[in-house]
Parts: sequence; structure tokens; C-alpha cells
Amino acid sequence: MLRQIEGSLGVAQAVALCRPGVVCAYPISPQTHIVENVGKFVKTGALKDCDFLNVESEFSAISVAIGSAAGGCRTYTATASQGLLYMAEGIYSASGLGLPIVMTVASRAIGGPINIWNDHSDSLSQRDSGWLQLFCESNQDAVDTHIMAFKIAEKVGLPVMVCMDGFVLTHAFERLDIPSQEQIDEFLPPYEPREYLTTKEPVSIGAMVGPEAFTEVRFLQQRKMAKALKVIEEVTAEYRKLTGSKSGGLLECYNCENADLKLIIMGSTVGTAKDEIDRLKKEGINVGIISLKSFRPFPYEAMRQAIGDTKQVICLERAFSFGGRGIICPEVKRAMEGTNCDIKTAVCGLGGRAIYGTTINAMVKHALAGKFTEEFTWFDVDSNVLNSYTKNAEGVTFPEGPLGASQLEASVKHA
Amino acid sequence: MLQIRLHGRGGQGVVTAAEMLSLAAFLEGHFAQAFPSFGSERTGAPVVAYARIGEGEIRTHEPIQNPDVVIVQDKTLLGSVDVFGGLNPQGYAIINSKDPAEKVVPELVKMLPEGHVFTVPATDFAMQKIGKPLPGAPMLASLAAATDILKLESVQKSFQSRYPGKIGDANAETAALAYNYIKDSKKGGSNA
Repeated sequence: MLRQIEGSLGVAQAVALCRPGVVCAYPISPQTHIVENVGKFVKTGALKDCDFLNVESEFSAISVAIGSAAGGCRTYTATASQGLLYMAEGIYSASGLGLPIVMTVASRAIGGPINIWNDHSDSLSQRDSGWLQLFCESNQDAVDTHIMAFKIAEKVGLPVMVCMDGFVLTHAFERLDIPSQEQIDEFLPPYEPREYLTTKEPVSIGAMVGPEAFTEVRFLQQRKMAKALKVIEEVTAEYRKLTGSKSGGLLECYNCENADLKLIIMGSTVGTAKDEIDRLKKEGINVGIISLKSFRPFPYEAMRQAIGDTKQVICLERAFSFGGRGIICPEVKRAMEGTNCDIKTAVCGLGGRAIYGTTINAMVKHALAGKFTEEFTWFDVDSNVLNSYTKNAEGVTFPEGPLGASQLEASVKHA
Repeated sequence: MLQIRLHGRGGQGVVTAAEMLSLAAFLEGHFAQAFPSFGSERTGAPVVAYARIGEGEIRTHEPIQNPDVVIVQDKTLLGSVDVFGGLNPQGYAIINSKDPAEKVVPELVKMLPEGHVFTVPATDFAMQKIGKPLPGAPMLASLAAATDILKLESVQKSFQSRYPGKIGDANAETAALAYNYIKDSKKGGSNA
């Protein structure tokens, strides 16, 4: 059914359609509206047979989620930013125990300094946590991906983070096509765990594993990730057939045929970039977009195919590794190992700095002019703001425009 | 695609107005999108919200830099915030004020085509019917009357579906007052 609603309400409705048995959450912007709405559904009886637990912290939220999932219950929670970090210990336990929890991360910058706005530093901080991480490019994608996430999680036996851009998507009112309960009941049957905790036949899970088998446990966990690549594709195909949606998948290509340059983007920037790519096409500039949906597991093979014989790729990254470089770019380089494809990082949109169509336009022109000379470029950095500090403090000034990593490094040598 | 930027202050229902604008457009079969500028919301602080109306899927999520319409819910912003920044030279402006546009924004009146700048005493209308200074519904109704991009009924319906009962009805009545006010002023009537 078509509705004009806030992204958060759409996600709450999607979660309710999946008939979770337990929803637990602690409020943190920009995730709050999602769990508030799920709470309302439970209270009004719109979502039946579901326990909604208000907890006193994110640590408790993930702990309750672990308990309920281990008890064999379909479980959902949501968080963002510092809240995700506060969960971190439990996040690793959940994946190690193979619990198919679905959690929304309404992606937001991590402080300090305090910043409540959107980037990907929170979700990507949990890159190695053993959870699947699925990114959404629109609210429709978020609605559909949440529904698919339950099926994927339960088929693979691993938890799934559905990462949607905080505020930009969660707080946007848009036209959403919400599937019917009948459709989702057909798609997602009641959860039947292979094993679960019960007082009738007590077992323990997550007991200590020593050096004699820990590597093997990790090997098997990694094997589930390999399985997840296939499951994501299968579940996406099934869901698309059932609903007619275009959501989900490992990655999606836009205008990729014979593109001179491809941009790899995760999240809501994809839509903005698509509009700009259409405008550039009228100028005779042919740029493709690869919307990276599944960051974990990383679809190396699908990425290699999506890039094809394109010789230039820019990864638009909304987080980076301190003391290192980009986070997406090294993965793409691995995917393209042995080819002469030129792959670079353009960091932008940190802490809510808006990415406009003009940002994308400038990035494309910068790339096609051969100006991305280094692996890592601070693309939308404002040198006036930088200089207002560094000039007085250290006598260092930066030029206007994008700054390469070497300019940052050289400025330290001269300090 | 039509792009609309709404300016007001925290507590005046600016974000709600943008959402209701998108709902009204949706009710008429258009694609629409609304979103706030995200900040630390405080009562009285300047707030910006955005809306887009189109005939196809709206993919972009960038804030609106070049609006076709600017709605100013609080005229005390005029001196402190560049509310008309980037406004399409063929665009429209609607300002919540009792005074005529020529007096409130004389330079803007000269800049935009004739009949593209409107003032409407939206807060007065809201006080009459809602009893609270919530100018959202009358401002949207003014937009509908000024540009004919929406029907008054759609604006009314959007508020009535969000706030069923007395509050929604009061908003609908307020909207009608503003709609007629602008229609009258377009005809060169007593409000012109």
C-alpha cells in the first residue's frame, strides 16, 4: 500500500510485518522514532505476541536481544552512534553465538566532539564485528531491506545490521510502498530456530573454546559470511518477485555500461548522485554509480564484475580510518587485484556536511581531469575553517579545494 | 520538480508544515518528499524544512539550495537569516505578516515577477481558529492559493488526517481563511 510517511515509521511498519517476538531498545537520535513507533504498535495491539522492552541503556538492549534470540525468539533492536559503541561487547557475542538479531543502525557520526548528524563512522566502526551490514539508499530500500534482513539472518545464522542514513532517511517523509501482511507472512514464515535455550532441555551456549578449536570456530563463522553472499542474492530475488520491489541485493549498478568513471557510494547519497549523473550525461559525460548495499559480507566478485573494464573508480567515503586511509577503497582494490584499474578514496559528508549534486559534479570533473593523484583525498574540506586554526597556532595554511593526504603530511613536516 | 523551502522558528510547526505539504501533494497523486534541516531543536531557534513535489520518483536527498518557493512563517527572521538565498528568479515567496509585501520585503517584490510575493496574516488566522500561534496550515493554504499547485482541500485533508477531530478541523478552517485571503488579494480585492 502506498503511503506518504516518515522513513522511521516505514521501517517500524516493516519490522511489525515481520512479527518479531521481542523488541528492545534504548532511545538515541536519530533512531528514536523507529522504536517509538514499534512500541505504539505493541501497545495498540497492531503488533501482537510481541514483548516491547524499555531498557536502561544500549548495553542492556543488546543483552536482552541476545537473551531473547538465544531463547529462540525473532528479535529486533535499533541504535546509532555512541549507542552502538556502548553495545560493542554484546555485538561481538551476538555474532559469535550465531544469533539472527536484526538491528537498525540509523547511521550518525561518533563523538567527540559531539555531533548528532549523519555519516558512516558508527556502522563502519563495527566492520569486523561478524554482523552482516546492509546499507540502504532510500527509505523504500530501508523498508524492504529490513524485511529481507530477518530472512537472511535466520537462513545464515548471523545477526544483521541494517544501516540507513540518520536524519536524511529516518526523518524524511516520502512515498513508501508498504507490503501487505499476507505478502510478508508468505515470504517470512514463523522463526523456527534449530536450537534454543529452554528450561525443558537445559543446554549452555557460548562456553569457553580454547586454542585447540578457536581458529576453527572462526573459520566456520567466516564460512557463514560466504554463505550469506548467496543468501542475500536468493532472498533479494525472492522478495523482488513477490513485491515487485527493486531493493536489496549485494550491489546495484546505475548507468554503468561504457562508463568512463564509476563512483562507489553507500547510502542516501546514491539518489542525489543518480540525479547528477543524469545531468552529466546531457553534457556527454558518462559516469556509472555502484551502490554498495552489502558492506559485510563484502561482495568482491560482484564488485569486480560491476567495475568491469572501467579504468577509473572513486569511492565516496563517509568515514575513514585514523592513521590509515579509506575503508571502502582497500576492499575495492582487493576486488580488482591484478588489474590496472585506478581506485581512489574521496572522503566527504562527515558529521552531516551535506553532499549536493554539485559535490558529485565537482568530484566527477576532478576525477576526469586526472586530479585525484593520491589514494586519499579530503574532498569537501573547507580550508578557511582549517586555516582559522592552523595559521595562528602553527603558521600553516592550506589552499582552497580538495586536499590530498600528502598535503596534510607535508604540513606536519613544515610545522 | 518544484522545490519549496520553509523558514520559521522552533515551536511554530515548520517541520510539520513541510510534512503536511508533502502529504497534500501525495493525496493529489504526486510524488513528494519533506525533511527538516537537522539541528539541535530549541523553541524559538531558526528552523528550516524542505519539500519537493514531482511527477516521478524523487531520488535526491540534498538540502534545497535553489527553491522555487520560500515560505517564511516568522517575519522576525527576515533581518537575521538569508531566507530568500538562492530563490529562483521566477519563484514565489509567501510571508506571514499583516503588512503588505511592498512594505515587508520591498526589494524582493522588485526582484520577482509581479504577483509572486504574498503576505498573509497567518498567525492571526491561527489564533482565531486554533487559539495557538501555529501558522503552518494557513501558510500552506496560501501557497495553494498563490500558485495553484495544490487544492485547498488537500491541505485541509492532510492536517485532518494527521490530527483527527477538533485540532485538524481548526487547522482546516484556518487554511480556508488564508486561502480566500490570498485569492482575494490576487483578484485585486481589499487584501491586495
